[in-house]
Amino acid sequence: MNAPVKLPQPSATRRDVVVGATLAGGALLVGCSPADILGAGARTPVGAFGPFIKIAPDGAVTVISKHIEFGQGNHAGLAAIVADELDADWSRVAVEQAPANAKLYANTMTGAQSTGGSTAIANSWTQLRKAGAGARAMFVEAAAKRWSVPAGEISVKDGVVSHAASSKSAGFGELLAEAGKLTPPADPKLKDPKSFTLIGTDRVRRKDSQAKSDGTARFTQDVQLPDMLVAMVAHPPRFGGKVKSFDATEARKAAGVVDVFKIPTGVAVVAKTTWAAKQGRDALKVEWDEAKAETRGSEQILAEYKALAGGKAPEGKLKWQAFETRGDASAADKAGVFEATYDFPFLAHAAMEPMNCVAQVDGNKAKLTFGSQIPSVDQLNTAKIVLNLPGAIEIETLFAGGSFGRRSNFQSDYVVECVHIAKKVGKGRPVKLVWTREDDMAAGYFRPLTHHSVRVATDKDGYPSAWKHRIVTQSLLKGSPIPSKGLDETTVEGAKGSPYLKATPNVDAQAILPDIGVPVLWWRSVGATHTAFVMEHTIDQLARRANKDPVEYRRALYRKAGANRHLTVLDLAAEKAGWTTPAPAGWTRGVAVHECFGSVVAQIAEVKLVDGAPKVGRVVTAIDCGVAISPNQIAAQMEGGTCYGLSAALYGAITLKDGKVEQSNFDGYRVLRNSEAPSVETYIVPSGTAPSGVGEPGTPVIGPAVANALLVLTGKPTLSQPIVKA
Amino acid sequence: MATMLDVNGKAVAVTAAPDTPLLWVLRDELQLTGAKYGCGIAQCGACTVLADGQPIRSCSATVEMVASAKITTIESLGGQHPLQQAWVKHDVPQCGYCQSGQIMSAVALLAATPKPTDADIDAAMDANICRCGTYQRVRAAIKDAAGVAAPAAPAAQA
Repeated sequence: MNAPVKLPQPSATRRDVVVGATLAGGALLVGCSPADILGAGARTPVGAFGPFIKIAPDGAVTVISKHIEFGQGNHAGLAAIVADELDADWSRVAVEQAPANAKLYANTMTGAQSTGGSTAIANSWTQLRKAGAGARAMFVEAAAKRWSVPAGEISVKDGVVSHAASSKSAGFGELLAEAGKLTPPADPKLKDPKSFTLIGTDRVRRKDSQAKSDGTARFTQDVQLPDMLVAMVAHPPRFGGKVKSFDATEARKAAGVVDVFKIPTGVAVVAKTTWAAKQGRDALKVEWDEAKAETRGSEQILAEYKALAGGKAPEGKLKWQAFETRGDASAADKAGVFEATYDFPFLAHAAMEPMNCVAQVDGNKAKLTFGSQIPSVDQLNTAKIVLNLPGAIEIETLFAGGSFGRRSNFQSDYVVECVHIAKKVGKGRPVKLVWTREDDMAAGYFRPLTHHSVRVATDKDGYPSAWKHRIVTQSLLKGSPIPSKGLDETTVEGAKGSPYLKATPNVDAQAILPDIGVPVLWWRSVGATHTAFVMEHTIDQLARRANKDPVEYRRALYRKAGANRHLTVLDLAAEKAGWTTPAPAGWTRGVAVHECFGSVVAQIAEVKLVDGAPKVGRVVTAIDCGVAISPNQIAAQMEGGTCYGLSAALYGAITLKDGKVEQSNFDGYRVLRNSEAPSVETYIVPSGTAPSGVGEPGTPVIGPAVANALLVLTGKPTLSQPIVKA
Repeated sequence: MATMLDVNGKAVAVTAAPDTPLLWVLRDELQLTGAKYGCGIAQCGACTVLADGQPIRSCSATVEMVASAKITTIESLGGQHPLQQAWVKHDVPQCGYCQSGQIMSAVALLAATPKPTDADIDAAMDANICRCGTYQRVRAAIKDAAGVAAPAAPAAQA
């Protein structure tokens, strides 16, 4: 059951509103941190143990997660960091989602409250260790006072504070009143990682598996509030289109339809139930103004990209930007060098839960209930519409049925749409915006269509001596509130910084980012979705030309580049996969290695052709992600990331024809199914360094690993994706 | 005009029009939100429930089509069904959105084939998409619940 929602009370003065609107408009205030700006107007009660820990009178511990859980398993990992330092009883630790408040809950790597870039664990590591250790110190001090014994003689285990010499002990609950009155230490002593009792063990399992196995886990789609309306929106068929006129006569006749009105992104139908909203929208007649719409198709866009990469002079402000330059790479222009071009289509994230949001707007007060990936930005964009301070926008973040990057965009596209509708409905009446799968798939924010051109000259031993690389893709930072300086690095990461480029004495690597009217976005593993494929598949082709084993070839380059972590994961994967022994009869192995989000992953995939299509069997994965907090969930992310990457490499493609998205649902946008899933084994490199990303690094490696196996099988490189043509 | 349905062993009167998909009646009218909307065209399986023990995609079955059937949803399993226990033991869910549908397909599979082979699992579970890629654990959990030899658990060795 959902209790009626109480909207935030009026708090903003007129001046506050003006300031808020100015901030929301993108102005920067000198002397304010991003968290100050984004958190302006926020009011969140903080308990005795700080913003991340609540302890109940019965001693049960609740860890407050500033990050959304949409599959990554971060709630388990974040809770384990606190629980280990606190020496809590893991079986009595629960996780609660933090409200939106950038002052308390900013991502320490972005300055805004945000989840993404595989940073949840990494940015929280020290913060939560301190939170846990601080609370532990408060219990120790409280016990020392109560028992009049030295604090140094007190130990804590599984939520019980003990003094061995006097045989005294008390649970967190018993000491709560005294401990809660103490001031948390500013710089509590953290454990020596060697004395972690929970971190790194198989006991760190998900806290939400039960709720997600019995239907009780609450998603946006499940929100039911008193008097709630459900909204659907008719969107223009092409990006950049607008409503010219609409006829709602038939739509209004549909049973349950309450209202039909224009909003900036289309025509909204609000109704009493989801099905009624759909019936109403289906009956709506809209005429679109497509004067400024993008009308190019994928083929045309790709042809333009190929022309640019092939030497066509860029027009207007468009220009090539170097991302790695060394020596003189002109040898790569000569005839007879290795050359290849690679084409990647647009990709939809296609999370299982189509985008949706619940909003309540009453004057300048707004409350959102949904799976918010970047609450700070969603607050900012909502604040612009209701004219309030960003921090005064209340957000209750729920589980989300996947995101893979989709729920994090600078425009808060579907959120803003819902807020506009709720504002029109007004009086705080809840509105649930529901996108159908078709809406979701046609809405853009795709992984951009991308073209790479690579030319490599080699030395007498067959190793790269000159590398010329051109990337044509769209910028992912369009609309970013942070002014862009120079090249959008997310478009080249993975090529830039590659150990193979480091090991090459002459490099000329450039990118160009045409402005296309198709909204694009990060898609699980971002730049690596294409750069990893290009670098790793190129390397196997070079190894083949040099008549060298691809694992040995990589090792030589990693040594040259000083890429020791790459070397370690490659060695581990090769050992576990039995690289030097023959593959099982009928199977062929392919290898790939890639570093992203601070972690390095090596995979060796066993592949065979069944009726001409690749079938992937065993996939041995080795990862170096720093301290492994939950080996089980790291394995889960390697399994899932591999499926996500394989799905894209084998089948994934969004194509545009005359500006219209041709796929509308899972019948046209093929995704990996159970019988096609590989069997992933995960091996984690022992490490004492701080944790790095896990959610994304498992995604980009499988594509090139499979392509490299197919290279052996067929002798042919994979130059365009998806591998399985529709 | 009310339609009578048999949902989880109870007779319920629903007011939705007879051509309304069962999914929206379960979710919006009966507040049974375990079955999820994912595609609306019987492609993803997130809305899977049982009709007389057979898995159906409730997004594409209208109320009138199932008026004489016994409908079973995830809510009827009680949380401690052997498959649910196996799901928790293997930490199958990631985002969790598809899992009600996965489990209902697995319930139907084991009812018809108590000791499924990999081929049986392929055939029964390919109707359920999981974008998080929990497929390998779905398979392991089904085998565990069925008491058939599962391949070695996913290794995660430091």
